[in-house]
Amino acid sequence: MVIRSPKDFWAGVMFIAFGAGMAAIALKNYQMGSAVRMGPAYFPVVLGGILAVLGLVLLLRSFVLKGVKVPQFHFRPLLFILAACLAFAYTLKPLGLIGATLLLVFISAYGGDEFKWKEVAILYVVLIIFSVLVFVKGLTLPFPICPEVIEDFCRF
Amino acid sequence: MEILGNLALGFGVALSPFNLLMCLVGVMLGTLIGVLPGVGPVATIAMLLPITFNLNPIAALIMLAGIYYGAQYGGSTTAILVNLPGESSSVVTCLDGYQMARQGRAGPALATAAIGSFFAGCVATLIVAMFAPPLAEVALKFGPSEYFSLMVLGLVAAVVLAHGSLIKAIAMVILGLMLGLVGTDVNSGVLRFAFGVSELADGIGFVTVAMGMFGLAEIIANLEQKGHREVFTSKVGKLMPSKEDWKRIWGPILRGTFLGSALGILPGGGALLASFGAYTLEKKVSKNSHMFGKGAIEGVAAPEAANNAGAQTSFIPLLTLGIPSNAVMALMIGAMMIQGIAPGPQVMTERPQLFWGMIASMWLGNLMLVVLNLPLIGMWIKLLTVPYRILFPSILVFMSIGVFSLSNNPFDVLLMAMFGLLGYVCVKLECEPAPLILGFILGPLMEENLRRAMLLSRGDPLVFFQKPISASFLIVSIILLVIIALPNLRKKREEVFVAEL
Repeated sequence: MVIRSPKDFWAGVMFIAFGAGMAAIALKNYQMGSAVRMGPAYFPVVLGGILAVLGLVLLLRSFVLKGVKVPQFHFRPLLFILAACLAFAYTLKPLGLIGATLLLVFISAYGGDEFKWKEVAILYVVLIIFSVLVFVKGLTLPFPICPEVIEDFCRF
Repeated sequence: MEILGNLALGFGVALSPFNLLMCLVGVMLGTLIGVLPGVGPVATIAMLLPITFNLNPIAALIMLAGIYYGAQYGGSTTAILVNLPGESSSVVTCLDGYQMARQGRAGPALATAAIGSFFAGCVATLIVAMFAPPLAEVALKFGPSEYFSLMVLGLVAAVVLAHGSLIKAIAMVILGLMLGLVGTDVNSGVLRFAFGVSELADGIGFVTVAMGMFGLAEIIANLEQKGHREVFTSKVGKLMPSKEDWKRIWGPILRGTFLGSALGILPGGGALLASFGAYTLEKKVSKNSHMFGKGAIEGVAAPEAANNAGAQTSFIPLLTLGIPSNAVMALMIGAMMIQGIAPGPQVMTERPQLFWGMIASMWLGNLMLVVLNLPLIGMWIKLLTVPYRILFPSILVFMSIGVFSLSNNPFDVLLMAMFGLLGYVCVKLECEPAPLILGFILGPLMEENLRRAMLLSRGDPLVFFQKPISASFLIVSIILLVIIALPNLRKKREEVFVAEL
């Protein structure tokens, strides 16, 4: 057996995993009920079943129909962008908007194909001024501006 | 003439200074993101959703709607000058618009796009005003089985109109429906698929999914493509089309407007499909069909009129049935829910000011666009020279702030990152995210209506075929699926979507 259409093959695997997985969780933990009084498991089990079947069709078909390869994954932008978002989210409270945005801008910019220190630094300054004025002052989002440790030094 | 009274009410609301200002902000912002390639209305509206919480409902919806149709205007500027679709619905405008720019006729091309869009916007606004009330009246009589069948039809239509593999599109819809079920089940109070995470009790936020699947995934995918774009800004030339041009464009604009309006109403349709349809039609009927692809002004006029018409009429299913026909409309539903408005046919009768104010603002917004945009074209062109490496960190900052502020919790950003990963994998496996989003929004509604219908019919699934309206929705869905599965038509459908690449 040779996989002739890798894109379909992996899409099939993904759908089977989601469909069968969620149906199994629902079946095990929630009540099915009957067609008249559907329990919380009813709809997810039916949907999960259909999803798994569709995935299986894709998977089997990938051995027959010829298709294209899965294009290469580029891990650099992927990892840096995701890491930048997470860094922002989990440092916003302790480091304030100033610190969290610093991490976000520099980490994400490093994921691009061109990285110029000076340019990114200027971009950061512009963005932080804009964010503080528009989001914190203008739209009154309850974000801390400065890092916790030096909070007392920078009250605007 | 009830419609005139209604429109008068609408203009009264839309012309208040604050609403006018919000409309202006919306269309300017829309044009801005339309001009910039790689930033779409979905990501922008998702970004602004949490912020609209602080506005009153009318102003919020007027602004968000402005972003959507403003983006259609802006997208054409980029298509004509850079040969890049600023907006997915202006893909076809690239074909002839860029050729015109190369021949030194960028000015007339831009003006044609603006004039076509404006005309289409006016007509489509009238169509919405005329057709929405009777439709809403019918919809008021819908019971759970009708709603369920209607949603099935909507999802099937979304599948049929999605790109690429049919099976994958159906699977994405179902995956979306299942993701929509995460959280507390309204009927039994059972917490489903929460895995002990308390933040999931209220379900996954729609904004989070949309930002991840569209916003993040798009940025990551954009960063892979190296190479610099060349901006064709040297000579825009004089703007106004010549007499000869006028003769050639009025027909295409008219046809594009009506085709676009019709396609926009279809679930899953909207601006993108409208512009493709109009271009194909024009190529068939035009006397100058040999010129298409080489700078035919008809090839700019028709799709630009169509995409704007489609963008406006896609509000009809949203406003009358509470059912979104595309991802942007799904976000509009999100915006209404944030404001405590349940979308559906009752909106028109219970909140006539909101309903008619929004319709009136669409016409005003179109007027602002055509008046402002032609003089401002120089400014938009300057924007095009901003490199992507400056843009994407800025977009990320706004996205992260927006998502974080949803519940002031880093967990939403984590979820967004996870959906970004899923979205990226889907891009690689050629699975469209749009059907997933639609399924996600409709998931809980569908389950709710299915349960109610089955309870009323004592578990007899045939009830969906016994009620005439419900039965006809289902029959149309089945016909659509059968038609699309036929080999002959499938080929045609693939051709249409291949042509876009």
